[in-house]
Amino acid sequence: MSRPRPEPMQVVKQRRDAALAALVNSVPYIRFLNINFDRRGDELTGQMNFDQKLIGNPFLPALHGGATAAFLEMTAMMALNWQHLWPKIESGEIDPADLAAGKLPRQPKTIDFTVDYLRSGLPRDAYARATVARSGRRFASVRVEAWQDHKDRPFAQAVGHFLMPQGEDKRDVKKG
Amino acid sequence: MGEKSQLARQFIEAIPHAQELGMVLTDIGDGTAEISMPYDVKLIGDPDTGVIHGGAVSALMDTCCGAAVMSHPEAPGGTATIDLRIEYMRAATPGQTITTKATCHHISRNVAFVRAVAMDEDRERPVATATAAFSVEAKF
Repeated sequence: MSRPRPEPMQVVKQRRDAALAALVNSVPYIRFLNINFDRRGDELTGQMNFDQKLIGNPFLPALHGGATAAFLEMTAMMALNWQHLWPKIESGEIDPADLAAGKLPRQPKTIDFTVDYLRSGLPRDAYARATVARSGRRFASVRVEAWQDHKDRPFAQAVGHFLMPQGEDKRDVKKG
Repeated sequence: MGEKSQLARQFIEAIPHAQELGMVLTDIGDGTAEISMPYDVKLIGDPDTGVIHGGAVSALMDTCCGAAVMSHPEAPGGTATIDLRIEYMRAATPGQTITTKATCHHISRNVAFVRAVAMDEDRERPVATATAAFSVEAKF
Protein backbone atom coordinates (compact mmCIF):
# COMPACT_ATOMS: atom_id res chain seq x y z
CA MET A 1 0.00 0.00 0.00
CA SER A 2 1.33 3.41 -0.87
CA ARG A 3 0.00 6.59 0.62
CA PRO A 4 -0.70 9.55 -1.64
CA ARG A 5 2.11 12.03 -2.14
CA PRO A 6 1.81 14.98 0.26
CA GLU A 7 0.66 18.22 -1.37
CA PRO A 8 3.37 20.81 -2.08
CA MET A 9 3.91 23.13 0.88
CA GLN A 10 2.89 26.28 -1.03
CA VAL A 11 -0.47 24.72 -1.90
CA VAL A 12 -1.19 23.81 1.71
CA LYS A 13 -0.09 27.19 3.07
CA GLN A 14 -1.90 29.15 0.42
CA ARG A 15 -5.18 27.33 1.12
CA ARG A 16 -4.97 27.73 4.90
CA ASP A 17 -3.82 31.34 4.86
CA ALA A 18 -6.45 32.30 2.28
CA ALA A 19 -9.20 30.75 4.41
CA LEU A 20 -7.96 32.51 7.54
CA ALA A 21 -7.62 35.87 5.78
CA ALA A 22 -11.14 35.55 4.39
CA LEU A 23 -12.57 34.87 7.85
CA VAL A 24 -10.68 37.75 9.47
CA ASN A 25 -11.39 40.28 6.72
CA SER A 26 -15.10 39.55 6.77
CA VAL A 27 -15.60 41.09 10.21
CA PRO A 28 -15.58 44.92 10.27
CA TYR A 29 -15.02 45.08 14.05
CA ILE A 30 -11.82 42.97 13.74
CA ARG A 31 -10.55 45.49 11.20
CA PHE A 32 -11.62 48.43 13.36
CA LEU A 33 -9.62 47.11 16.33
CA ASN A 34 -6.77 46.24 13.93
CA ILE A 35 -6.47 42.64 15.07
CA ASN A 36 -4.65 40.09 12.99
CA PHE A 37 -4.05 36.38 13.44
CA ASP A 38 -0.80 34.52 13.16
CA ARG A 39 -1.10 30.87 12.14
CA ARG A 40 1.23 27.98 12.98
CA GLY A 41 -0.37 24.83 11.60
CA ASP A 42 -3.85 24.97 13.12
CA GLU A 43 -2.78 27.13 16.09
CA LEU A 44 -3.86 30.77 16.02
CA THR A 45 -2.45 33.72 17.93
CA GLY A 46 -4.36 36.98 17.89
CA GLN A 47 -2.51 40.27 17.86
CA MET A 48 -4.19 43.57 18.73
CA ASN A 49 -1.99 46.27 17.27
CA PHE A 50 -1.72 49.23 19.58
CA ASP A 51 -3.41 52.45 18.69
CA GLN A 52 -4.26 55.53 20.76
CA LYS A 53 -7.96 54.85 20.18
CA LEU A 54 -7.73 51.69 22.35
CA ILE A 55 -6.89 53.71 25.47
CA GLY A 56 -9.37 53.58 28.34
CA ASN A 57 -7.47 55.52 30.98
CA PRO A 58 -5.46 58.35 29.43
CA PHE A 59 -3.81 59.24 32.76
CA LEU A 60 -2.03 55.91 33.35
CA PRO A 61 -2.27 55.25 30.32
CA ALA A 62 -3.94 51.84 30.01
CA LEU A 63 -5.89 49.89 27.41
CA HIS A 64 -9.68 50.10 27.70
CA GLY A 65 -11.15 47.06 29.43
CA GLY A 66 -13.72 46.91 26.66
CA ALA A 67 -11.03 46.71 23.97
CA THR A 68 -9.37 43.91 25.93
CA ALA A 69 -12.70 42.10 26.33
CA ALA A 70 -13.43 42.45 22.62
CA PHE A 71 -9.96 41.18 21.73
CA LEU A 72 -10.39 38.13 23.98
CA GLU A 73 -13.87 37.41 22.62
CA MET A 74 -12.68 37.78 19.05
CA THR A 75 -9.79 35.39 19.64
CA ALA A 76 -12.03 32.84 21.37
CA MET A 77 -14.59 33.03 18.58
CA MET A 78 -11.94 32.78 15.86
CA ALA A 79 -10.31 29.73 17.53
CA LEU A 80 -13.69 28.03 17.76
CA ASN A 81 -14.58 28.85 14.16
CA TRP A 82 -11.19 27.76 12.96
CA GLN A 83 -11.34 24.43 14.76
CA HIS A 84 -14.81 23.88 13.33
CA LEU A 85 -13.84 24.81 9.76
CA TRP A 86 -10.35 23.31 9.58
CA PRO A 87 -11.41 19.78 8.55
CA LYS A 88 -13.73 21.24 5.89
CA ILE A 89 -11.00 23.49 4.53
CA GLU A 90 -8.55 20.59 4.45
CA SER A 91 -10.98 18.20 2.77
CA GLY A 92 -11.90 20.75 0.13
CA GLU A 93 -15.53 20.92 1.27
CA ILE A 94 -14.99 24.65 1.88
CA ASP A 95 -13.21 26.61 -0.82
CA PRO A 96 -11.19 29.60 0.50
CA ALA A 97 -12.19 31.49 -2.65
CA ASP A 98 -15.86 31.14 -1.67
CA LEU A 99 -15.03 32.44 1.82
CA ALA A 100 -13.25 35.42 0.31
CA ALA A 101 -16.26 36.07 -1.93
CA GLY A 102 -18.42 36.41 1.18
CA LYS A 103 -19.96 32.93 1.25
CA LEU A 104 -19.29 32.47 4.94
CA PRO A 105 -20.49 29.67 7.15
CA ARG A 106 -22.65 30.70 10.08
CA GLN A 107 -20.80 31.97 13.12
CA PRO A 108 -21.13 30.65 16.66
CA LYS A 109 -23.04 33.04 18.96
CA THR A 110 -21.70 34.18 22.30
CA ILE A 111 -23.92 33.09 25.20
CA ASP A 112 -21.79 34.57 27.96
CA PHE A 113 -18.29 35.87 28.38
CA THR A 114 -16.42 36.43 31.66
CA VAL A 115 -13.27 38.51 31.68
CA ASP A 116 -10.76 38.47 34.50
CA TYR A 117 -8.57 41.58 34.46
CA LEU A 118 -5.25 40.61 36.00
CA ARG A 119 -3.21 43.78 35.48
CA SER A 120 -3.64 46.93 33.47
CA GLY A 121 -3.10 46.67 29.74
CA LEU A 122 -0.03 48.65 28.69
CA PRO A 123 -0.10 50.99 25.68
CA ARG A 124 1.50 48.49 23.29
CA ASP A 125 0.58 45.42 21.20
CA ALA A 126 -1.25 42.55 22.90
CA TYR A 127 -1.39 38.87 22.02
CA ALA A 128 -3.95 36.20 22.81
CA ARG A 129 -4.43 32.48 22.38
CA ALA A 130 -7.57 30.46 23.00
CA THR A 131 -8.21 26.84 23.89
CA VAL A 132 -11.47 25.15 22.99
CA ALA A 133 -12.17 23.24 26.20
CA ARG A 134 -15.23 21.58 24.78
CA SER A 135 -17.09 21.83 21.52
CA GLY A 136 -20.34 19.91 21.31
CA ARG A 137 -23.19 19.89 18.84
CA ARG A 138 -24.95 22.78 20.58
CA PHE A 139 -22.55 24.36 23.04
CA ALA A 140 -18.88 25.16 23.24
CA SER A 141 -16.71 26.39 26.09
CA VAL A 142 -13.55 28.34 25.29
CA ARG A 143 -10.72 29.68 27.47
CA VAL A 144 -8.56 32.53 26.31
CA GLU A 145 -5.54 34.35 27.67
CA ALA A 146 -3.91 37.63 26.63
CA TRP A 147 -0.41 38.87 27.35
CA GLN A 148 1.95 41.62 26.27
CA ASP A 149 5.63 41.43 27.16
CA HIS A 150 5.73 38.07 28.90
CA LYS A 151 3.64 35.09 27.89
CA ASP A 152 3.67 33.84 31.50
CA ARG A 153 2.37 37.16 32.84
CA PRO A 154 -1.08 37.43 31.25
CA PHE A 155 -2.88 40.79 31.70
CA ALA A 156 -6.33 39.29 31.13
CA GLN A 157 -7.99 35.92 30.80
CA ALA A 158 -11.53 34.92 29.98
CA VAL A 159 -13.90 32.05 29.54
CA GLY A 160 -16.88 32.09 27.21
CA HIS A 161 -19.75 29.86 26.21
CA PHE A 162 -20.97 29.76 22.64
CA LEU A 163 -24.02 28.44 20.84
CA MET A 164 -22.89 26.52 17.78
CA PRO A 165 -24.58 27.26 14.45
CA GLN A 166 -27.69 25.13 14.06
CA GLY A 167 -29.23 23.82 10.86
CA GLU A 168 -26.32 24.85 8.70
CA ASP A 169 -27.46 22.70 5.80
CA LYS A 170 -30.88 24.30 5.51
CA ARG A 171 -29.38 27.73 5.23
CA ASP A 172 -26.88 26.59 2.60
CA VAL A 173 -29.76 25.34 0.48
CA LYS A 174 -31.71 28.57 0.95
CA LYS A 175 -28.70 30.62 -0.11
CA GLY A 176 -28.32 28.43 -3.18
CA MET B 1 -25.40 67.49 39.27
CA GLY B 2 -22.98 66.93 42.15
CA GLU B 3 -19.26 67.57 41.96
CA LYS B 4 -18.64 63.80 41.93
CA SER B 5 -20.83 63.29 38.89
CA GLN B 6 -19.17 66.25 37.19
CA LEU B 7 -15.73 64.69 37.67
CA ALA B 8 -16.96 61.28 36.53
CA ARG B 9 -18.53 62.87 33.47
CA GLN B 10 -15.29 64.66 32.57
CA PHE B 11 -13.35 61.43 32.99
CA ILE B 12 -15.72 59.34 30.88
CA GLU B 13 -15.88 61.94 28.14
CA ALA B 14 -12.07 61.98 27.94
CA ILE B 15 -11.71 58.23 27.24
CA PRO B 16 -10.31 57.80 23.71
CA HIS B 17 -11.80 54.33 23.17
CA ALA B 18 -15.28 55.47 24.27
CA GLN B 19 -15.10 58.49 21.92
CA GLU B 20 -13.94 56.28 19.08
CA LEU B 21 -16.99 54.02 19.52
CA GLY B 22 -19.30 57.06 19.55
CA MET B 23 -20.46 56.62 23.16
CA VAL B 24 -22.58 59.40 24.65
CA LEU B 25 -23.08 59.76 28.39
CA THR B 26 -26.76 60.59 28.79
CA ASP B 27 -27.16 60.39 32.55
CA ILE B 28 -24.93 60.03 35.60
CA GLY B 29 -25.22 60.40 39.37
CA ASP B 30 -25.41 58.62 42.73
CA GLY B 31 -23.89 55.37 41.53
CA THR B 32 -25.86 55.07 38.30
CA ALA B 33 -24.96 55.86 34.70
CA GLU B 34 -26.56 55.67 31.28
CA ILE B 35 -24.51 55.61 28.08
CA SER B 36 -25.70 55.13 24.53
CA MET B 37 -23.80 54.03 21.43
CA PRO B 38 -25.28 54.68 17.98
CA TYR B 39 -25.18 51.94 15.37
CA ASP B 40 -22.12 52.07 13.14
CA VAL B 41 -21.02 49.73 10.35
CA LYS B 42 -17.50 49.56 11.80
CA LEU B 43 -18.92 47.77 14.87
CA ILE B 44 -20.39 44.89 12.85
CA GLY B 45 -19.46 41.41 14.00
CA ASP B 46 -21.59 39.35 11.63
CA PRO B 47 -21.33 40.67 8.07
CA ASP B 48 -24.28 38.54 6.92
CA THR B 49 -26.78 40.12 9.28
CA GLY B 50 -25.13 43.44 10.18
CA VAL B 51 -25.39 42.64 13.88
CA ILE B 52 -22.94 44.51 16.13
CA HIS B 53 -20.05 42.51 17.58
CA GLY B 54 -20.42 41.38 21.19
CA GLY B 55 -17.07 43.00 21.91
CA ALA B 56 -18.48 46.46 21.16
CA VAL B 57 -21.30 45.78 23.62
CA SER B 58 -18.65 44.68 26.17
CA ALA B 59 -16.81 47.97 25.72
CA LEU B 60 -20.07 49.88 26.26
CA MET B 61 -20.93 47.83 29.36
CA ASP B 62 -17.45 48.23 30.83
CA THR B 63 -17.46 52.00 30.32
CA CYS B 64 -20.95 52.38 31.78
CA CYS B 65 -20.16 50.22 34.83
CA GLY B 66 -16.99 52.25 35.47
CA ALA B 67 -18.97 55.50 35.18
CA ALA B 68 -21.52 54.23 37.71
CA VAL B 69 -18.74 53.40 40.18
CA MET B 70 -17.05 56.79 39.83
CA SER B 71 -20.34 58.60 40.34
CA HIS B 72 -21.04 56.78 43.62
CA PRO B 73 -21.02 59.21 46.57
CA GLU B 74 -18.61 56.94 48.48
CA ALA B 75 -16.12 56.49 45.63
CA PRO B 76 -13.04 58.63 46.30
CA GLY B 77 -11.59 58.60 42.79
CA GLY B 78 -11.01 56.38 39.80
CA THR B 79 -11.64 52.71 39.25
CA ALA B 80 -10.46 49.68 37.27
CA THR B 81 -12.32 46.58 36.18
CA ILE B 82 -11.52 43.46 38.22
CA ASP B 83 -14.03 41.18 36.56
CA LEU B 84 -16.80 41.61 34.00
CA ARG B 85 -19.32 38.98 33.00
CA ILE B 86 -21.69 39.57 30.12
CA GLU B 87 -24.70 37.52 29.13
CA TYR B 88 -25.91 37.97 25.59
CA MET B 89 -29.64 37.37 25.44
CA ARG B 90 -30.27 38.24 21.83
CA ALA B 91 -28.70 39.99 18.85
CA ALA B 92 -29.14 43.77 18.88
CA THR B 93 -31.31 44.89 15.97
CA PRO B 94 -29.04 46.29 13.20
CA GLY B 95 -29.39 50.03 12.76
CA GLN B 96 -30.53 50.74 16.31
CA THR B 97 -28.72 52.64 19.06
CA ILE B 98 -27.71 50.55 22.07
CA THR B 99 -28.27 52.09 25.50
CA THR B 100 -26.74 50.77 28.72
CA LYS B 101 -27.82 51.50 32.26
CA ALA B 102 -25.49 50.54 35.12
CA THR B 103 -26.01 50.62 38.87
CA CYS B 104 -23.29 50.38 41.47
CA HIS B 105 -25.35 48.56 44.10
CA HIS B 106 -22.64 48.08 46.71
CA ILE B 107 -19.34 49.71 47.46
CA SER B 108 -16.72 48.96 50.11
CA ARG B 109 -13.29 50.49 50.77
CA ASN B 110 -11.69 48.42 48.01
CA VAL B 111 -14.38 46.96 45.81
CA ALA B 112 -17.50 48.16 44.00
CA PHE B 113 -20.18 45.80 42.68
CA VAL B 114 -22.11 46.73 39.57
CA ARG B 115 -24.97 45.43 37.46
CA ALA B 116 -25.86 46.67 34.00
CA VAL B 117 -28.35 46.08 31.25
CA ALA B 118 -28.11 46.90 27.51
CA MET B 119 -31.15 47.61 25.33
CA ASP B 120 -31.78 48.56 21.75
CA GLU B 121 -34.97 50.47 20.83
CA ASP B 122 -37.10 47.59 22.12
CA ARG B 123 -37.03 48.42 25.84
CA GLU B 124 -38.99 45.29 26.78
CA ARG B 125 -36.35 42.75 25.79
CA PRO B 126 -32.77 43.40 26.97
CA VAL B 127 -29.93 42.65 24.52
CA ALA B 128 -27.43 41.82 27.25
CA THR B 129 -26.84 42.03 30.98
CA ALA B 130 -23.58 42.41 32.89
CA THR B 131 -22.29 41.77 36.38
CA ALA B 132 -18.99 43.29 37.39
CA ALA B 133 -16.56 43.98 40.22
CA PHE B 134 -14.43 47.12 40.10
CA SER B 135 -11.56 48.34 42.25
CA VAL B 136 -12.02 51.50 44.30
CA GLU B 137 -9.04 53.82 43.83
CA ALA B 138 -8.11 56.75 46.07
CA LYS B 139 -7.40 59.05 43.13
CA PHE B 140 -8.17 59.40 39.44
